[in-house]
Amino acid sequence: MSSQDIPEENLPAEQDAPHGAVKVADEENPFADPGLPPHEHRIQDIDEQAAKRSERAVALLFTVSMLATIGFIASFVAIPHDKSIFIWPLGHINAMNFALGLTLGVALFTIGAGAVHWARTLMSDEEVADERHAIEADTETRAKVHADFKQGAKESVIGRRKLIRNTMLGALTLVPLSGVVLLRDLGPLPGTKLRHTLWSKGKLLVNMNTNEPMRPSDIGVGSLTFAKPEGLEEHDHDFQNEIAKAALMIIRLEPDSIKDKRELEWSHEGIVAYSKICTHVGCPISLYEQQTHHALCPCHQSTFDLADGARVIFGPAGHPLPQLRIGVNDEGYLEALSDFEEPVGPAFWERG
Amino acid sequence: MSTAANDAPRSRGKAPAGERVADWADGRLGIYSLAKANMRKIFPDHWSFMLGEICLYSFIIIILTGVYLTLFFHPSMNEVTYHGSYVPMQGQLMSEAYKSTLDISFDVRGGLLIRQIHHWAAIIFLAGMFVHMMRVFFTGAFRKPREINWLFGFLLFVLGMFTGFTGYSLPDDLLSGTGVRFTQGAILSMPVVGTYISMFLFGGEFPGTDFVARFYSIHILLLPGIMLGLVVGHLILVFYHKHTQFAGPGKTNKNVVGMPLLPVYMAKAGGFFFLVFGVIAAVAGLVSVNPIWAIGPYRPDQVSTGAQPDWYMGFAEGLVRAMPGWEINAWGHTLVLGVFIPLVIFGIFLALIALYPFIESWVTGDKREHHILDRPRNAPTRTAFGVAWVTAYMVMLIGGGNDIVATHFHLSINAVTWFVRIGFFAGPVIAFIVTKRICLGLQRRDKEKVLHGRESGIIKRLPHGEFIEVHEPLSQEQLHTLTAHEQYKPAEIGPTVDENGVERKAKGTDKLRAKLSEAYYGEESQIPKPTVEEYKEITSGHGHH
Repeated sequence: MSSQDIPEENLPAEQDAPHGAVKVADEENPFADPGLPPHEHRIQDIDEQAAKRSERAVALLFTVSMLATIGFIASFVAIPHDKSIFIWPLGHINAMNFALGLTLGVALFTIGAGAVHWARTLMSDEEVADERHAIEADTETRAKVHADFKQGAKESVIGRRKLIRNTMLGALTLVPLSGVVLLRDLGPLPGTKLRHTLWSKGKLLVNMNTNEPMRPSDIGVGSLTFAKPEGLEEHDHDFQNEIAKAALMIIRLEPDSIKDKRELEWSHEGIVAYSKICTHVGCPISLYEQQTHHALCPCHQSTFDLADGARVIFGPAGHPLPQLRIGVNDEGYLEALSDFEEPVGPAFWERG
Repeated sequence: MSTAANDAPRSRGKAPAGERVADWADGRLGIYSLAKANMRKIFPDHWSFMLGEICLYSFIIIILTGVYLTLFFHPSMNEVTYHGSYVPMQGQLMSEAYKSTLDISFDVRGGLLIRQIHHWAAIIFLAGMFVHMMRVFFTGAFRKPREINWLFGFLLFVLGMFTGFTGYSLPDDLLSGTGVRFTQGAILSMPVVGTYISMFLFGGEFPGTDFVARFYSIHILLLPGIMLGLVVGHLILVFYHKHTQFAGPGKTNKNVVGMPLLPVYMAKAGGFFFLVFGVIAAVAGLVSVNPIWAIGPYRPDQVSTGAQPDWYMGFAEGLVRAMPGWEINAWGHTLVLGVFIPLVIFGIFLALIALYPFIESWVTGDKREHHILDRPRNAPTRTAFGVAWVTAYMVMLIGGGNDIVATHFHLSINAVTWFVRIGFFAGPVIAFIVTKRICLGLQRRDKEKVLHGRESGIIKRLPHGEFIEVHEPLSQEQLHTLTAHEQYKPAEIGPTVDENGVERKAKGTDKLRAKLSEAYYGEESQIPKPTVEEYKEITSGHGHH
């Protein structure tokens, strides 16, 4: 685009003096506000051909949008919804989702790009100043409003008839209580629910994976096994609530390596059972390091030493994991000798 | 009578259809007086003003896609066996919520796209609000008369976090269920009321069979309803106050300079909606978010490693991970400080930024309206405070992903956690000092530029061999822009002896205010801006260029 094409009278006014020269209009105060700078014309304002090009660009963008929408509908109809394709670097992705997302994205984006390009190149870009008005009311309005309010309050006699005012306040204070009372049946009272689990004397420890009761010989030294109480099945309606408290971690240690006296007493041939539910905020603990006997919660990294009463050795948990007292029944299966002696899971006010 | 109507100046018969519709509506709704004030309303232009638009548009996108999702989602925790088209889950027991989310992802054509647009838009909505809030903070746009609007925005951010949380908990997948368990554990830590709130929220013990349905009504009705009201209020106030602008030639506290709503701003802002929507749609088509099918349905005794909440919950997550496990047991009760303190800090930390406008206006004692934005460097203490706040936030964001950081960078998890514990306290202090110094440095540079001009990069050799760099004096526009800001003087306590010679005891609050004011505007905290006299003395003197 050369400047010869531009009719003389459309050329912008002479630009400011070449840089280097100071143009300080106000000799008294060179920092004073010089006012809005003169409007500078864009190429589209003075050259109809440039404006035409912008128009074509905007129209092209809108046309692309229409085509993309047609592409969207075509993809929706034509692509099988379970087809996956390989797209570098995304890997294997769902073909329909890819096509729909891309066509919808283009259809929307080009509408936006067209509108913005239109605004930037063809709509007037002359800056205009609008007056601001104070947000505050003027003194007259203020006085009027205050006077009106006083008049209204006076006419209501609320200031003079205190009995009305006080009983009304009382009624308005009490009435929301019905709403509060209605919330009561959202749930039961806590009671001792958080203190008990399904475990009790004689309940067999059932392997979570095989769904079979376990003998001590099934558990190798250094292994980690998850267990549930016998009789609790996955499709039971209260399975989720019960397993949230009863889930068990079983590990086998060398009896000599158990440092905690009570832990040793509650174990059987080095097999110890701990609650799987972290005492921090209740995540299931699932990482076990057999060399160090450390169990780590993957949520917040509380670390417990399972050879030392499940003492907290790192992280945000506040107390050890509760241990379940276990033994072997007449048939040689591992069984619980009682429920947990303390509540499992996160601590709470009534825990004590 | 009817002929009188025909004499009316508006001859309806000839007017174009659009005009006639508008006339009809005006006769019933009075739209003309509304349009008179707003149709050509002036909006100033600056790239940072579009951050709020991103939030508004992603909010609209979330509502549109959210309504679509409600057509297919079943907010129920009934256990069902899966027989859909996703083979790896065949025969699995799962809740109806999880199953219907799988169906949306695999059996409803375009369902996955809408789900992913919904989730991506939520992530962008929260990120947009965070950055928009920082823009408003660092430029002082929260000052009178906009404090209430700051609170509206703040509430939107907080409610947005909880709406996001309740939303991503709905599919009842293993990851989100773990997040809900975390929340329940945190609720339990509240003294006295914790167990009751937990029982009432979950309809009994965790997880129960109620929370998906309850979160659903909170997520699609209660919170977005409040947020919609706040958004409308936020926008009405933006219109009513008129937009702020940066200082510059022709821009004063009494005007607003920019382009009219119709057509320029409408085209740009309207177009920007499509740009935002287009980008989010494309991202949702390309990048998977929250692939719940890969995680499996929720079971309270199972968990995946690297469990992470959405980014906006990372701060709370970090606080909980970094806190040592303090527990106090006395008189048969347990005070679970290890979880409760993070909960309290979370609230205080957010309240701090919410209340900041009121703190600053108390310190300055300034009761005037402010429509000209500050450049962050010209408010060094505020800027430093803001950066300190962001630093603490970011440290906790790292803390919230301490396991990810540890595994990706091969660091010890213990070392990362300790870094976060120390960094939460030391980081903001260091950030405060460094930021303030940078601001002061930038102020000095502005002063230098005003008094001595711009470094032109031209080296001139003088006849006697000396080399000098030519400095180019600034235009009056630039001079004005760089000196337009106002500098406060530190407030003083006032005389401690009254006119009768009786000693007056300065109130504690006055003393505190004077101290804070000194910290904000004392010699240590701002570089006096150049005066006209200084400028004249230098420019009229011997040539320096």
